[in-house]
Formats: sequence, C-alpha cells, structure tokens
Amino acid sequence: MTRVVVGLGTCGIAAGAEKTYDALAKHHAAGTAAFELDKTGCIGMCYREPLIEIRSEDGSRVQYGNVTADKVDRLLAEHVGEGRVIEDWVVWADDGRGTERAYFSRQTRIVLRNCGKINPEAIEDYLAADGYMALRAVLEQDDPDALISAIVDSGLRGRGGAGFLTGMKWRFTRLAGGGRKFIICNADEGDPGAFMDRSVLESDPHSVLEGMIIGAFAIGAHEGYIYVRAEYPKAIERLNIAIAQAETHGFLGERVGGSSFSFHVKLKEGAGAFVCGEETALMASIEGRRGMPRIRPPFPATKGLWDCPTSINNVETFANVPWIVLNGAEAFASIGTANSKGTKVFAMAGKIKRGGLVEVPMGISIRDIVFDVCGGIKKDRKFKTVQMGGPSGGFIPAELQDTVIDYESINRTGAIMGSGGLVVMDETACMVDVTRFFLEFTQRESCGKCTFCRVGTKRMLEVLTRISNGEGRDGDVELLEQLAQLVKNTSLCGLGQTAPNPVLTAIRYFRSEFEAHITNRRCPAHQCKPLLTYTILDSCVGCLLCAKVCPTKAVTGELKKVHVIDQSKCTHCGECHKVCRVDAVAVY
Amino acid sequence: MSAHRRFDFKKQHFAGQEGRLVPLLQRAQESDGYITRERIAEIHRECGIPLAQIYGVATFYAQFRLHPVGKNLIRVCHGTACHVSGANDITKAIEDALGVSDGETTADRMFTIETVSCLGCCSLAPVIMVNRDTHGNLSEKEVKRVIRQYQKAATGETQ
Repeated sequence: MTRVVVGLGTCGIAAGAEKTYDALAKHHAAGTAAFELDKTGCIGMCYREPLIEIRSEDGSRVQYGNVTADKVDRLLAEHVGEGRVIEDWVVWADDGRGTERAYFSRQTRIVLRNCGKINPEAIEDYLAADGYMALRAVLEQDDPDALISAIVDSGLRGRGGAGFLTGMKWRFTRLAGGGRKFIICNADEGDPGAFMDRSVLESDPHSVLEGMIIGAFAIGAHEGYIYVRAEYPKAIERLNIAIAQAETHGFLGERVGGSSFSFHVKLKEGAGAFVCGEETALMASIEGRRGMPRIRPPFPATKGLWDCPTSINNVETFANVPWIVLNGAEAFASIGTANSKGTKVFAMAGKIKRGGLVEVPMGISIRDIVFDVCGGIKKDRKFKTVQMGGPSGGFIPAELQDTVIDYESINRTGAIMGSGGLVVMDETACMVDVTRFFLEFTQRESCGKCTFCRVGTKRMLEVLTRISNGEGRDGDVELLEQLAQLVKNTSLCGLGQTAPNPVLTAIRYFRSEFEAHITNRRCPAHQCKPLLTYTILDSCVGCLLCAKVCPTKAVTGELKKVHVIDQSKCTHCGECHKVCRVDAVAVY
Repeated sequence: MSAHRRFDFKKQHFAGQEGRLVPLLQRAQESDGYITRERIAEIHRECGIPLAQIYGVATFYAQFRLHPVGKNLIRVCHGTACHVSGANDITKAIEDALGVSDGETTADRMFTIETVSCLGCCSLAPVIMVNRDTHGNLSEKEVKRVIRQYQKAATGETQ
C-alpha cells in the first residue's frame, strides 16, 4: 500500500507539520483514501517545511514541500487516489523530478544516512536499515583494541569543535587504570545558529546510541550519560523512547546482545548553561554542581566523572561510528582531505535561499556550499560573510569563499570548524552589531571563574556597545584587539579562549566598517540605529502616516505636502521608514 | 499556585542517584512553576545537600527561576540567525503588545516574556516559542497576531 510519511522534526512542527499529520490521520481513520501513514525526522530541507514523502507500492519516492494541512485533500485525491503526481509541489523525486535536486546532489550522507527515511520512534525501522549490525559485529569480534585501531585509522575527529582524534581519546581512556569508567555523549548543543545535533537526535536517535554503546565497549565503560539541552524537548522524548526500545531488544543493560558486556545509559537534561558544552564543566553539571570548568590536566580520559576515566564525545561523532564499523576505516578515510576525513554536517541558516541541514564531504569549498548546495543569498543580495563556529568561531568574508572545509584551513582564517553552525550574512549585516551580539552572549555565559573572561569580555562588550551607539573613540579598535589577546591567553577553558574570535576576525576582515562607526559616525549597513539619519525625500505624497506614528512628533507636515523631520527631536526609531508606502523616507 | 506538595525522596525523585540535585530542581520547577523557598529547604533537609550548594546551582543555570512566571511563557529566540533576521524588533513588538518589558510578567499573570539564546530552528528565523509551541518565519505583524490568539484564549478561560 502507498505510504505517506510526514517529516516531524522541530523545524517541521514549527512550520505546521503536526497539523498536516493530523489532517492525514483524519482521512486515514475515516478511510477516505487507502494509504499507510508514518512519520519520520528531519528530511533536511527546513526551508520547504512541512515536507512529506509518498512511497508508492513499486518503491518510487516523491517528496512534496510546503504541504500545509489545507493541501492534504488535493494530495490524497490526486496522488494517492489517482496516482497522478502534482508536479508543481514536488521538491524531490527518485526519478529525477523536483525543484530542489541541487540541494542533495553535492551531499554525502553518512551521519544523516537515515534522517528523513526512518521513523525515529520505531526501532524496527532502524534495524531494517542495518541498525545495530555494527554493534553485533563488534561484540562478535570481541577485540576492543582492534576496534580502537580501526577508529584511529579512519581518521575520525571529534565533531564537537576541537577536532581531537576520536580513536586516540578512546585509547587513552581504555589504557587508564581503575575499574569504573564512563562514556558521555555531549548533546549540549549550545552554539546559537547550530541545530545539527538536535536534528540527528530527533531523526535517528538509535545511530547515536549504537555509536555510544560501541564506544563504551571499546573503552570498557559500563555506564554512560547523554547530556542533552533542556531546550530540545522533542530530542529528549525520542531519546527516551530509543533507550527503552534498545533495552527491550537487549542492546542496553546486562549482557548486551548476548555477550558478557553490560552497559547502562542515563539521560541528563542540561539546565541552560552554554559553558556546560566544555567537557569538565559538563561533568561538574552531571555531578550536580555549578557547571564550572577546571584545569586540565588531568584530562577526563584519566580523571573525569567522579574522578573515573571518562570519554566525552559529540552526537555527530557517535553517529559516524556504526558506519565506520560496517563500511571499514578505509572507506571513511577515502572521503575528505589529508587531515580531515569523512563528512561534516552543517546547519545552514541566515540570509540563504535554502536553509537546513546539509552533510558535505570535507574539502568542499564555502562557495560550493553557499551557492551550489544552498542556492545563494536570499533576494540575490550581495554575499558578505559566513559566520562559522558560533560565539567561539569567526567570520569568513566573501573574498575567502574558496576556502575549503577542513579543520586546518578553517583555523587559518581565524574561525573554527566548531560544531557546524554556518550562518550566512548579506550586505545588510553590520559587523559591529553582529560582533556585539556574540560578545553579549559569551559575556553573559561566562561562568565567572577566570578574571579576564569575566571582566575582560564585559569591557570588550562596553567598547563595542559604545561604538554601535555612535560614541566610539579613537583607539577603540586597538583596545579591543589588546583585550582580545589577553582574554584568549588567560582563560582556562574553551569559552574564554575562543570568545574573542568573532571580534578578532571581524576587525581583521572588516576594519573599515569599525572605523566608519568611530570616525564618520556612520553605519554602512544601516543597522546601528543611533547612527542613522532619516530624511524625507521630495517623492513624499504627504499622507501624514509617518507623522502619526512618530513617537516624538519629530515629523511635521500638511496633507499632500512634503513632510519634514526635525532632527533634534528624532530618536532614530525608524517607524516612519517602516510605514512609508512610497519609500520616501531615506536612511543613511 | 498550588500548595507545597512534599516529594518522596526515599522512593522517588532520583533516590540513591549520584548528582541528583539538578534533576531534583528541574522536577521542582516542573511541579511548582519555579523554585520555591520551601522546596529548597526541603531538598536541604531530606537530602543533606548544603543550602549554599542548592542556591548556588539554582542561580547558576539559566533554566531555573526563583520567581513565579505567567501562565503563558513566551520565549523569544535571539540566536544568530534570529538576530540577523530582526529578533530585536520581534521582542519590541511583543513588549508593545503586552505592555511589559523583556523578563517581566503581565499584571494579570498571563504572560511572561523571556529571551533565549537559541531554539535550534534557525532556518525558520525569527522564531518564538510560546509554552511548547514554536512559531517561525515571523514578522512584527505576524507575532502580534500570534500573541492576540493567546490573549483571546486567556480571556476565554477567565470568563
């Protein structure tokens, strides 16, 4: 029978996918059309949500985009009832149709191999997609050292941001003495602008669990924690379901898969602290304390959770593991560049035509991701910069768009690979404003332990705030650079060491924009309101609309005559500009 | 707000678990709406965790509130994507519609506005979350319409 599958990730639900699902369920229950109804996670094209896929009996697949509840009737009548594809709505089909094919053509899906294909709440779906086969193979081989060597050979590096070799981390933890060991899955995806981990957990939680169980076997841990952000209720719900299912199927608990190996996993909800993405802070949080980092060494591999050897790996890292075990280290190492193997998942957001989740091989250029995969900039405006790595990362300007994605190349630009948030900005983004935004975030999230991170970020924020308010002073840029170096050098953990990156890269590539704010008191991107001047052009038709909305009565004029703004009264709120129907309010 | 209901620390509520303080506080906030003084005292008494540690943890994490919130919690996403797509204007529109500032609760205890770092729906920016429902691709006009819906529902209940 024909299957209708609805993408129910958080993005889809926000766009109304649950209503679409309910409408379909109503028809299903009433028997108005003969079809099976199923759900899946994130199909990836967030920009076309709600997405549904129709799988016919002959195995052909057609995906439709923007399927709101009101489109369900027509879809069922024509596609399911009469077998007639509604061409205008097709975004992708396995026979070569669809408007969004380019989005998938450059992608290599390892981590996202099951996302949008299987029902994340049904272990049967995962098992049918070779799920837990890797775990079985590992248990059968029963050689943790060979397993670790394979992961080392694959070249898999931690996908949380720092890029440490996963296999080496496991080896250190395995070699550490002591009976009790832990493995932790870091799902505290705190970078604003990043949602890869959320999507993977929502769409294919078992692949993460399986990778984690394999990791536990490799290092000899019998207990594990998954630390998830509380802001991701759907991911938590689906992880809980997956854990319960894995337990009933014998993949978790005593005697995993009939072997002598036992492994128990607990889910811990984060409580909203960005710094807990740092491994020692994360462990403090699991222990029930304030999430503050501590000095390393000792590294968690020797002294981690409750002083026991601990390996902490990211969601995406774990999701790669079963694929590597099944397909071999060589297959993985054949993808990517010399020092960065495999693929990377990016959360594409910002001023881009096709925003969503993409998985591309390492070594692809930023230009290819932005223009080929994601279709370029919204409204065809000018591409200005991409922000990579969130508050710890930096800006890569349009001039450097041929930079390839690998850990070292990205580091050379001053940004970092980070967890994979890629926010694209066009000419309307003001670098001073966006930099201020990032620093506001890190300053607020600093745990307060190190003086320079606590006070230095505050001082930097004050400088940036006064620049964007039009009160910048000569030497402010140099002061920022100096403070940035101090904060970098004297902070204990990644938060402070990387917090100045957005500031440093913004100054490095967009220095003139800072100077325009300070010297000319102008915001070239028209974002910093105190620096803007509003004037009414001769094209004004005299409709009085702007005079009515002006909160300070700065706009005056008579009906059908050109109005005037009294600059001494203007508070730069921009309301007149917004309401004008003939674009007669100019901003500069 | 309902009266203080005691937790059963011996049988439920993460009994015997290491590091139970954070989940305990999460459970407390779920049942009481915020972390009450009574609950802090109770956890201290029953679990033997020092008051200073409980208070320290409760004030460290952004999730925990020491004051009650309105019936509808509006979380305005100020992630990177939302910021460049005008999240500040969205917050302002909500403030205008409700007559209170970010972080405040309306006098009738119906709405609280809160700023959050990222809700992870970046491709639908700007985004807000009201209670458990996410609303994306908002404009100032659209967000006012969303708020009106909740206001209508709220007045419908009180009448």
